[in-house]
Amino acid sequence: MAVSAIFGAKVNRREDPRLISGTGTYASDVALANMAYAAFLRSPHAHAKIKRIDAEKAKKLPGVVTVLTGKDIGSKLNPVPCAWPVTGADVKIPKYYPIAVDRVRYVGDPVAVVVATSPYEAADALDAIVVEYDPLPAVILQEEAMKKGAPLLYEEVPNNIALHWKIGGGNVSDAFSNAEVTIKERFVNQRLQPTAIETRGATAQYDPSTGMLTMWVTTQNPHVHRLLLTLMTGIPEQKLRIISKDVGGGFGSKIPCYGPEAVVALLAKETGVPIKWVEDRHENYVATIHGRDHVQYVELAGKKDGTITGLRVKVYSNLGAWLSTAAPGVPTILFGLILPGAYKIPNVECEVYGMVTNTTGIDAYRGAGRPEATYIIERLVDIFAHKIGMDPAEVRLKNFIPKDKFPYNTATGLAYDSGNYEGALFKALGMVSYDNLRRELQMLRSEGKLVGVGISSYVEVCGLGPSSVVRSTGFALGLWESAIVRVHPSGKVSVFTGGHPHGQGEETTFAQITASELGVLIDDVEVIHGDTDRIPFGMGTYGSRTTPVAGGSIVIACRRIKDKGKKIAAHLLEAREEDVQFDSGKFFVTGVPGVSKTLAEVAWASYGAGSNEIPSGMEPGLESTAFYDPPSFVFPFGTHVCQVEIDKESGQVKIKRYVAVDDCGKQVNPMIVEGQVHGGIAQGIAQALWEEAVYDEHGNLLTGTLSEYAVPTAVELPKYETTSTETPSPHHPLGLKGVGETGTIASTPAVVNAVCDALSPYGVENIDMPLRSDKIWRILKEKGISK
Amino acid sequence: MSKKPMSVRKTSRRSKKIWVPEVFSQKTIRVIVNGKEYVRDVKPRLLLVDFLRDSLGLTGTHVGCDTSNCGACTVILNGRSVKSCSMFAIQADGKEILTIEGLAKGNQFHPLQQAFWDNHGLQCGFCTPGMIMQAYWFLKENPHPSEEQIRWGIAGNLCRCTGYSNIVKAIQVASEKIGVEQMQVEPRKQRMVRRS
Amino acid sequence: MYPKEFEYASPTSLGEAVALLKKMGPDAKVLAGGQSLVPLMKFRLASPKYLLDINGISNLEYIKENGKFISVGALTRHHSLERSELVKQKLGLFSETASWIGDPQVRNNGTIGGSLVHSDPAGDWGSAIIASRALLKIQSARRERIVDSDHFFKDTFTSAVAPNEILTEIRVPVPPDGGRSAGAYEKLERKAGDFATVGVGVQLTLSRNRKTFEQAGIGLTSLGPTNLRGKKAEKALVGKNVSLETIEEAGTAVSEEVKPTDDVLRGSAEYKRAMARVFLKRALTRAARKAGASGV
Repeated sequence: MAVSAIFGAKVNRREDPRLISGTGTYASDVALANMAYAAFLRSPHAHAKIKRIDAEKAKKLPGVVTVLTGKDIGSKLNPVPCAWPVTGADVKIPKYYPIAVDRVRYVGDPVAVVVATSPYEAADALDAIVVEYDPLPAVILQEEAMKKGAPLLYEEVPNNIALHWKIGGGNVSDAFSNAEVTIKERFVNQRLQPTAIETRGATAQYDPSTGMLTMWVTTQNPHVHRLLLTLMTGIPEQKLRIISKDVGGGFGSKIPCYGPEAVVALLAKETGVPIKWVEDRHENYVATIHGRDHVQYVELAGKKDGTITGLRVKVYSNLGAWLSTAAPGVPTILFGLILPGAYKIPNVECEVYGMVTNTTGIDAYRGAGRPEATYIIERLVDIFAHKIGMDPAEVRLKNFIPKDKFPYNTATGLAYDSGNYEGALFKALGMVSYDNLRRELQMLRSEGKLVGVGISSYVEVCGLGPSSVVRSTGFALGLWESAIVRVHPSGKVSVFTGGHPHGQGEETTFAQITASELGVLIDDVEVIHGDTDRIPFGMGTYGSRTTPVAGGSIVIACRRIKDKGKKIAAHLLEAREEDVQFDSGKFFVTGVPGVSKTLAEVAWASYGAGSNEIPSGMEPGLESTAFYDPPSFVFPFGTHVCQVEIDKESGQVKIKRYVAVDDCGKQVNPMIVEGQVHGGIAQGIAQALWEEAVYDEHGNLLTGTLSEYAVPTAVELPKYETTSTETPSPHHPLGLKGVGETGTIASTPAVVNAVCDALSPYGVENIDMPLRSDKIWRILKEKGISK
Repeated sequence: MSKKPMSVRKTSRRSKKIWVPEVFSQKTIRVIVNGKEYVRDVKPRLLLVDFLRDSLGLTGTHVGCDTSNCGACTVILNGRSVKSCSMFAIQADGKEILTIEGLAKGNQFHPLQQAFWDNHGLQCGFCTPGMIMQAYWFLKENPHPSEEQIRWGIAGNLCRCTGYSNIVKAIQVASEKIGVEQMQVEPRKQRMVRRS
Repeated sequence: MYPKEFEYASPTSLGEAVALLKKMGPDAKVLAGGQSLVPLMKFRLASPKYLLDINGISNLEYIKENGKFISVGALTRHHSLERSELVKQKLGLFSETASWIGDPQVRNNGTIGGSLVHSDPAGDWGSAIIASRALLKIQSARRERIVDSDHFFKDTFTSAVAPNEILTEIRVPVPPDGGRSAGAYEKLERKAGDFATVGVGVQLTLSRNRKTFEQAGIGLTSLGPTNLRGKKAEKALVGKNVSLETIEEAGTAVSEEVKPTDDVLRGSAEYKRAMARVFLKRALTRAARKAGASGV
């Protein structure tokens, strides 16, 4: 492929050959000599005091190396840190230890760890440990948890309220008192289990001669993981190496640092043998973070002409039994700021309470806060449209921020970079021939069919993010990203990125960006990530940030290389630097097309560093380290349309058609963009229709296996019709925006809107997710539609 | 080979003598994996997937659940796709296994692998080996499937990244590109017979 | 998730197998397809001392017609039943049921016998054997016995097969020919491969003029502590006109006789009761049409 065409091309992924041949390296693939296996004994109680642990029998079993309890670990490990004590919020971070010391707080809380020479023997030893518990009353639901007299999880968290935060703009009470129409709803955004198909795991190896601890971990952010592990274990950062080559999906669940990872590090140091630990799926479901779990009380104020004038939101957010790495930021910063969505709503108010409960911790799950916000506004727009008798598409058009009003400052304080919301909406409506479709549905309804169409127009805030803004929200670090671009003497290129793609394909797109910037063949570029000893300190992959932010750092590094290259080329060509230009991998003198130096020639000279090769005083070499701190967030957007039919007798929802128009600015590789959109849509549909983490009143997770937690198969999911519009980000060096989460954000309300549309002739306004067949059937029965 | 010298080696059933086989607490098994024969001592409880991954180092076959739902561990055992997390290695004694590592011919990818690559049929890649092995079996059973049939054909394999569309497309493309005869990997020397 | 230690034997004949079972006593478990047993062992919900792998017994895997029966070896894989031409032609209920079980890999390995002995009320085969009034051949070291499908399921996860016995064959009466017999299986599931929310298997024979229901067998999945026979629904059909009204009456009858329990994830007892009616009607309508009925 011509170098000039590499940016924006559908290039096959470079990560694929190893993954389709079974030669990738996931954390659980690591095998070291003399390796022993760790396994965690976990609490069967949601809340209990630990009276006694007897591990003597277990210690004597064949193959058992050691058994440690929370007491044995004592002060050797610090509590699991939380990295986002949101500024301006009342946040209480309780001390949550890697292994429970005297009290367990959720089913799955670790109480002991076993090390044995095989995972089978480790499992046997777990069975042989006797733990006596003194059960305590448990609280599962967040609204229950904050009530007076509710069982208290931590002394240091009164009323279990670990988080209280408010944001607003405009005059909301005026908006509501002057409103012609108001809507009031209670939405439940249910708890979800992220379900990366690869569970979490860690393998640690300690070298006593150097004091170096190397860990292979399932992580989305190796350096952040290292820093948090340093805080927990006391192992200095320079003595801790985190390697994470291939990661089998994350969706947010591999951002946080978890207690067992620190335990594995400690065990490797204490036992002197490499320690491996891999979660099983049940363990993953009880001990790896869950997502969402909001109870939302929402109000909309508007005029009869369809103008939305105000939005008031009060949210009770479940945080689970501990405050995971980013937990406080998800229902606040990542949620509240984007509440107005694509609309010019002058008055917005949001208040959030976050409660600790006797359940698995909750943190970022694909979309993280933004799906919860988009769901509110996109559901409300539909309910509002229905109430005033306007078409939901028309209400959206009426309230969209017009394309000539960007950058646009929202009532919640965000500055949207660019957008053409009506463009995406019109394109999506055109794809489904909206007017005809409405008529067609009307006809089907008159034949007694339950059919509906739902629209969702979203805006996402991503490209996290400008460090000064991020820091002002209380996040522990800035969210810039780093890159080293190294041109070797031969002119070949290595790119070291702080991003950590695990499915998003940036080994490919970053090679495309680099090849395009430096005018080299893509095959001459290698992209390296996922090893703290090889890459510069980086922030990792989450929040739809990697392509825009890490990509931005690569662009900057490449451009610095070209600047230096120009100086060298000028020296070599005996020309003035300002007369040297770079194009398609060559430096040439303006107006003298025949005279040029290739990047390779310049690279060779830079390493030769002789006086005839580089200007005097110049440092040798041709590489650049760049830290790109984005000047602002980026705001991808789009419109999704979903068409459904409901089986009248059984309540089953069938998606008949799914259309998505997304705008993530310039696209580096449209094939990969499309793949991200597909996967996002699938996860969003899954939330709308099937998935839900369910606890019983005792705090047992009833969806603790993949037999019970309903992850959809290829049979249930539809074919997606996707396309895009292109509105580049004005402040990004390549005009890029993120796309990793857009599908998840957009699709959930599109599906629920469609189902509620199908039932709207019967006066159904809202149904809480998941829209399982039994739930729909109950409504059909109540409405006399079904027997 | 260690055998348990159990009292049931020979027993009489009324007048008729009947041979009672050995009961093992450990056994030497012989399997052909990707055309290569392996002889290993195994304990009965060793799961086939752990045998492949840990004993043979074939880590392309993955584990994604405990309940036989995700399909990441799918391999071909004597011509049928199986979830290797739901059977014991000892059961594979005398049998022939094909895993993802054995699918390519030298440097040439199997058409399914190629189609997954060309059609962006994978993202994180963790489900991919199981998905490809299941598709391999499925296309042998059903060389010219409809989209609907493909979807049912991979209903035992979960993917969390792709939303399945591109996987379905990849399998469709592979099925169009290859005839049944090409679906056969290298002809095996001699098919091992089941113990009888 | 790793099973406890156990000892393993792999007999190659039924005689060996039952002799071993006798010796091993109640601590032994028979391993057929293992699609339920192995996950249970991994969760340590089942921890047998001995595992008797019967997959090496080659003459337990067959589908053959002998006279009035189609005999299916207990080790026959679901997939073989799904694909068998004989089964498709004469026992449509069985090929349909097979296609609804688990997922393709589970069907490749799971066996009809193993599934039946497991006696999960959510098991699909139970309804097929009940609807078709199949007989089950059971072998111990001492004797062979035949149990009919109404006496096969004792309780949830408990079948008529004693610890010292092995289910060896499922004998399904060949429905009367002439194209007036047909079967169907209908299943409601949250997603492909899930345990049935409800399942209904029917086996019908119409009168020669296709005007009345001559015989009707109805088996029900996930609608009680075991697979159940829809006795009242059968009664509502036999001898009655083939009509939507009759089918409706059978539906009403079935919803009154099932004994479902609430399932937080798959639906309330009330929902399942209603779905028993809906899915029975669908199965009956489809089977009746296949058997040449008109007007339904």
